Amino acid sequence: MAEKKEKKKKLTVPEEELMYSGHLACQGCGATIAMRYALKALGPKTSFAIPACCWSVIDGPFPYTSLGIPIFHTAFETAAVMASGLKAGFDIMGKTDVTSVAWGGDGGTTDIGIQALSGAAERNDDILYICYDNEAYMNTGVQRSSQTPWGAWTTTTPARHFKKLPKKNMVDIMAAHGIPYIATSAMAFPEDIVKKVSKAKDIKGCKYVQILASCPPGWKMVPEKSIEVIRLAVNTRIWPMLEIEEGVYNITRKPRKEIPVADYLKLQGRFRHLTEDQVNEIQEIVNFNWQRLRWLEESTQEMKEKYGRATLSVPAG
Amino acid sequence: MSDEVEIRGVRDMPAMAMSLGLMTYNKTGSWRNMTPVLDPEKCNGCMLCWKFCPDVCVSADDPPVIDYDYCKGCGVCANECPVDAIEMIEGATPPSGRAEAPEPAATP
Ligand SMILES: Cc1ncc(C[n+]2csc(CCOP(=O)(O)OP(=O)(O)O)c2C)c(N)n1
Ligand code: SF4
Ligand code: SF4
Ligand code: SF4
Ligand SMILES: [Mg+2]
Repeated sequence: MAEKKEKKKKLTVPEEELMYSGHLACQGCGATIAMRYALKALGPKTSFAIPACCWSVIDGPFPYTSLGIPIFHTAFETAAVMASGLKAGFDIMGKTDVTSVAWGGDGGTTDIGIQALSGAAERNDDILYICYDNEAYMNTGVQRSSQTPWGAWTTTTPARHFKKLPKKNMVDIMAAHGIPYIATSAMAFPEDIVKKVSKAKDIKGCKYVQILASCPPGWKMVPEKSIEVIRLAVNTRIWPMLEIEEGVYNITRKPRKEIPVADYLKLQGRFRHLTEDQVNEIQEIVNFNWQRLRWLEESTQEMKEKYGRATLSVPAG
Repeated sequence: MSDEVEIRGVRDMPAMAMSLGLMTYNKTGSWRNMTPVLDPEKCNGCMLCWKFCPDVCVSADDPPVIDYDYCKGCGVCANECPVDAIEMIEGATPPSGRAEAPEPAATP
């Protein structure tokens, strides 16, 4: 026993925690893992603006918190503008070393909060926007959002009328703003979250990171598969891991084996109603998106080589 | 910050809505209906259970120790463990002898 204790710990991510036990998330909540690793990358000199979403509840009721950093709870549609305002305030106070982060769900980010986020991106305000994407409005009981994927059940897209629109391409919307850094990550890959969030933290201007995070009750799945399902999302390529720097696309994880998307879908009750043909249709969406990204990666990298840039980037505001 | 905050009336409230304490007062172990039991003899020290616990209640020691005051029994650690060193057992009580209940977590 004694010699076992002396064995070197295999930690591939920082040990310091800024998220504590006692929080109110459901068993196996993916959004908590996303938060835990984002905070490990950001460190204590960070302020958060959190709009209405599961995380405004997970943190705990007044006067308690589960996080070791200050949070400003904001209205549903205002996370980005609140982060911009906080950043301006910190600058005036001379606290230029504080990272101002907006942390919102997919509904608050890609639907109702998109105007505030687009404004911050257009001004290239020096903020980091992190969206934890659980593909529906979970806090209010699983309503569909623009990030709900094709085929999924939600309470507003019941199985017989499941969602027949693809996930809105938020990454390309953000890329169209010409901001310096955009990335996607997934909560089953802590090292990837730490790497991308650390990188975003050190870049001046508006940064956007979208982290796929499972939600056992909303995805109708058992909590113990919470990590496994996200690993499959990445390995089946339904959720590509990306970085877009100054308009140049880079797929950061290219799974060598081709795993059918059905393996990902079958872990989740929200896809249980799908027929074989419909599963094939999802596979086609996945294949098309992947081809398109490979093409974007090639062409934007070529453009950068030829013309020195791949987007009209704006100076940091 | 302290673990427990007592607010008896308006006078005890701060001038603005701000956090006064940590949620660590909230012993979420009572949510549990399955209990993970870690076998230190089987454990290879990979730390995946520490890494993926959504409730930050697996210690970064080798072998790790599960804090049953907070463990919600989600089963993620048992599912991720590559050598099946964690077994999920029925009920909320960890069997004594195999894994001991640690001291309540100190306030960070
Ligand atoms: C203006 C406004 N409309 C509706 C709500 C109710 N509401 C609170 S959280 C939420 C869902 C948030 O979904 P998302 O942003 O995806 O975060 P999640 O709950 O999934 O973590 C809704 C609709 C609100 N707080 N404010
Ligand atoms: S509903 Fe989903 S996202 Fe919200 S706390 Fe529960 S598991 Fe997490
Ligand atoms: S069962 Fe879940 S909450 Fe309990 S120690 Fe394992 S991962 Fe953590
Ligand atoms: S995941 Fe399993 S083998 Fe790895 S440290 Fe935890 S108990 Fe040990
Ligand atoms: Mg959501």
